[in-house]
Amino acid sequence: MEHILSWLIWLPIIGMVAIAFIPREKEDVIKITAAATTGLQFLLTLVLWKNFDSGSGAMQFMERAEWIPSFNIAYILGVDGLSLPMVILTGLLCFLGIFVSWNINKAVKGYFALFLLLDTGIMGVFLSMDFFLFYIFWEVMLLPMYFLIGIWGGPQREYAAIKFFLYTLFGSVLLLVGILGLYFSCGKTFDILELMQVAPQALGDVMWWGMSAIKVIWVLLFIGFAIKVPVFPFHTWLPLAHVEAPTAISVLLAGILLKLGVYGILRVNYGLMPDGVYWFSGALAFLGLINVIWGGLCALAQTDLKKLVAYSSVNHMGYALIGMAAVIAASEANGLNLKAAQAGLGGAVFQMFNHGTISAMLFILVGVIYDRAHHRDIAGFGGLAAQMPIYAGITALAFFAGLGLPGLSGFISEAMCFIGAFPVYRGIVIASTIGILLNAAYFLWAFQRIFFGELNEKYTNLPEINRLELFTVVPLLIITLFFGIYPAPYLDVISSTMNVIIDHVVTLATFASM
Amino acid sequence: MNNLQSLSFFYPELILTGVIILAIIYDLLIDKSNSGKVGWVLITGLVAVAGAIWMQETRATTLFTDAIVLDPFSTFFKLIVILATILVSIVSLESGELDKYRKGEYFSLLGIVVFGLFLMVSAVDLIMVYLSIEIVSIMSFVLAGYLKQNTRSNEAALKYVVYGAFSSGIMLFGLSYIYGLTGSTNYFQIQQSLASMGPESHTAMLMALIMVLAGFGYKISAVPFHFWTPDVYEGAPTTITAYLSVAPKAGAFAMMIRFFNQVLADGGAMGGLNSSSLATLPWADILSILAVITITLGNVVAIQQENIKRMLAYSSVAHAGYMLLAMPVMSGDSVYAIMIYLVMYLFMNLGAFFVVITIKNKTGGETFDDYKGLGWEMPLIGIVMTVFMVSLTGLPPTAGFIGKFYIFAALIKGGNSFYWLVLVGGINSVISLYYYFRVVKVMFFEGKKSETILQPPKIMAGMLIVTAVPTLVLGIYWVPIADWVQSSLVFFIQTL
Repeated sequence: MEHILSWLIWLPIIGMVAIAFIPREKEDVIKITAAATTGLQFLLTLVLWKNFDSGSGAMQFMERAEWIPSFNIAYILGVDGLSLPMVILTGLLCFLGIFVSWNINKAVKGYFALFLLLDTGIMGVFLSMDFFLFYIFWEVMLLPMYFLIGIWGGPQREYAAIKFFLYTLFGSVLLLVGILGLYFSCGKTFDILELMQVAPQALGDVMWWGMSAIKVIWVLLFIGFAIKVPVFPFHTWLPLAHVEAPTAISVLLAGILLKLGVYGILRVNYGLMPDGVYWFSGALAFLGLINVIWGGLCALAQTDLKKLVAYSSVNHMGYALIGMAAVIAASEANGLNLKAAQAGLGGAVFQMFNHGTISAMLFILVGVIYDRAHHRDIAGFGGLAAQMPIYAGITALAFFAGLGLPGLSGFISEAMCFIGAFPVYRGIVIASTIGILLNAAYFLWAFQRIFFGELNEKYTNLPEINRLELFTVVPLLIITLFFGIYPAPYLDVISSTMNVIIDHVVTLATFASM
Repeated sequence: MNNLQSLSFFYPELILTGVIILAIIYDLLIDKSNSGKVGWVLITGLVAVAGAIWMQETRATTLFTDAIVLDPFSTFFKLIVILATILVSIVSLESGELDKYRKGEYFSLLGIVVFGLFLMVSAVDLIMVYLSIEIVSIMSFVLAGYLKQNTRSNEAALKYVVYGAFSSGIMLFGLSYIYGLTGSTNYFQIQQSLASMGPESHTAMLMALIMVLAGFGYKISAVPFHFWTPDVYEGAPTTITAYLSVAPKAGAFAMMIRFFNQVLADGGAMGGLNSSSLATLPWADILSILAVITITLGNVVAIQQENIKRMLAYSSVAHAGYMLLAMPVMSGDSVYAIMIYLVMYLFMNLGAFFVVITIKNKTGGETFDDYKGLGWEMPLIGIVMTVFMVSLTGLPPTAGFIGKFYIFAALIKGGNSFYWLVLVGGINSVISLYYYFRVVKVMFFEGKKSETILQPPKIMAGMLIVTAVPTLVLGIYWVPIADWVQSSLVFFIQTL
């Protein structure tokens, strides 16, 4: 129990080293090793959940070790209600991802080794409480992602891989500058918990280029994270990377990597620069609105099913941004509306999780049909409901979850985001309902074109979804249904931490020189 | 200290001289086919020299009536130079390019370059500065043209000579200005008289500075004094290219730091630019602009290269730019950052060139096309080359990132006026990603996926691992290096 977080992070690396020693002809052994590693990791995340004290909003299971004392860099890990659901999601999706990748037959050894390295990077970001460590893990994810897209991806994979890499590296560089700025302005420490206490005051009167350092550093970090989310206009890498990546990698990309951006904003921007939250929240809500509408319109225009799902991510992350912006409702200026702030922030964090499960499901389902038909052109199908009834049923549920049908988890989190934001950003919330409409339109229209109408002659022999594929989709479907009806377990885990964040933002804002 | 007394502090250099003479004589006695053995004489000798330097009492003093100094700062650079020379010498023994020629002179010349670099890193007198630059340059000209029957190698040597003569001429002219303005060739005396110099001489001093910068800029291949770099790097034997990109660059940086720090800043106290009495001369701005142009041009032109050696030449221009970025701050942190960067750069850059040598030995080619599918055919090469490229780009967890991290940290700590340099440096890393990863792309994404796996020759494989392991490990744990650099950050300071 003592080093459970370290185990979570380093277990995949152990698996990777083990795979490196397996002869490359023994593909089954490699796959089983990878499955065992991620399976064990997933079990560990469940153990973590069981032992997690949801009554406390503080950091738990902390680990601390010296690393580079001369630069005050330390190895600090911790988990709280904000990161715990993401950690569990990572464990789950990585485990399922191995099975989604089961049919990979090109350079199997390299694929699974890189997959596990990616797993370590993601886990590390969610669990690091030292900024330097956080940054290292943040970057460690890029390289395996580049290879996974570039070697095992679709026809345009090389371009997609380098574009993804260039975009995210650009963000990372800004992030690094911001981190260094914080380090030198706030008493030379990378310890995020310490910075959370020190930074709000220490940054108050620091000036960069004649502007308040809070604003500059906020924007630097925000762009760094926004590219990952992705927030309009930094989203153009996403459809390409999603479409070209192999199915399992799309699943991880949409399911977890996009959440890293939101997580980063909540952890770092919100935690370290409460003043910036007030300054920026209007823009945040507005960017959320653009994401919702732009993502929806783009999704509507797609002919490629995978691209449609990719743009739906842009659309869905918009709701989370709007929900996050609602946190200022709890401030004095906005009437101390704590309930709205809780709903908004909680909704955003819930949306992160729900989009993680729903988009993962959607990408797996797209992969299923692509493996059979070898294309993803929406107009090229038709009438598949009769041919593949089980697949049609599951896809229907997934699409409904995506469009936010009540009774499925997506509805609850989106509703929470809107409820939270409504008192403060009435206009934006009303405008973003157009997004919901678009959301329903593109999913239903796509469904109609694929599953109803005449069956395409070519596809009279299309086999039904198989057991392995069912095994990867059904758990996600159950989670979606369960949280759609009974979200309390999730909200219990996060609520204490959400209150801490809201309290932090509201009480530590100094409004100095802003 | 007078000449005779100085000799007892000069014994590493004396041992080195002995080794060089021994190498020359030994070469006369053996057959051409055995001439590679001279390399082992040099390598063993250098190990002995390193041992002597390591055991030397770490005190700061001047030698030979204030011509050179002995201080931890110079010791650090001497060890770096020895490390680079040993690594390159071992690879030179294996390099196919050199096999047609007698290798004896090659190693003797390499030894003389090391001697010149030793003087370069410890010179505190303008005459000694010039002499040491010339010793290094002239030996490098010969080494660049070592492949006598190869026209490109001849061209490289000739270009190198012409550019070298031109820039050292300009530098010498600049040095004469400084002498004329201050009446001395000694750093400490120059600093002293500059501090009391009236504003009427500032223009002349600025001219002198720019001319001196031409000499330094030539040695570290900073834009616009870099024009020789791509041609020489492409034409010279790859081992020499690797060497030129690291060792003389380290020496030149040491000399430059000493010059700006002791002559134009606060005489070695490293309190940062603001504490300097000579901040009225805009040398910091000149260096900033030089650095920005160097990085940007190096990176942008590297994108267009088809030959990997040439690409690495421009990349080394860009890396000189990164180190230059920290120069204008001239605080303890910035010098520290440059020194850390040099250590990291040594491993990653030598490693990348070693890969080029291995491939050249195998296929005879050095363009991107020759690397197609290499990652599948020779996985070891593919993986280590990826490590080097990642590190040169500056991504964690590799040594290159730590180097950049320290440079950026020094700039941010340096204050408001340097923040823009951080952004320039950062955005340039993004640009550099494109061409470094082109190598990775070609190795893994293109060409046929080969079924049989080839291994590089044992010694080359060993050298690749020797450079790749530190590139990775120093990216995760660099405390020993940081401590070493910290303890080496002591200049000899003379108050007159």
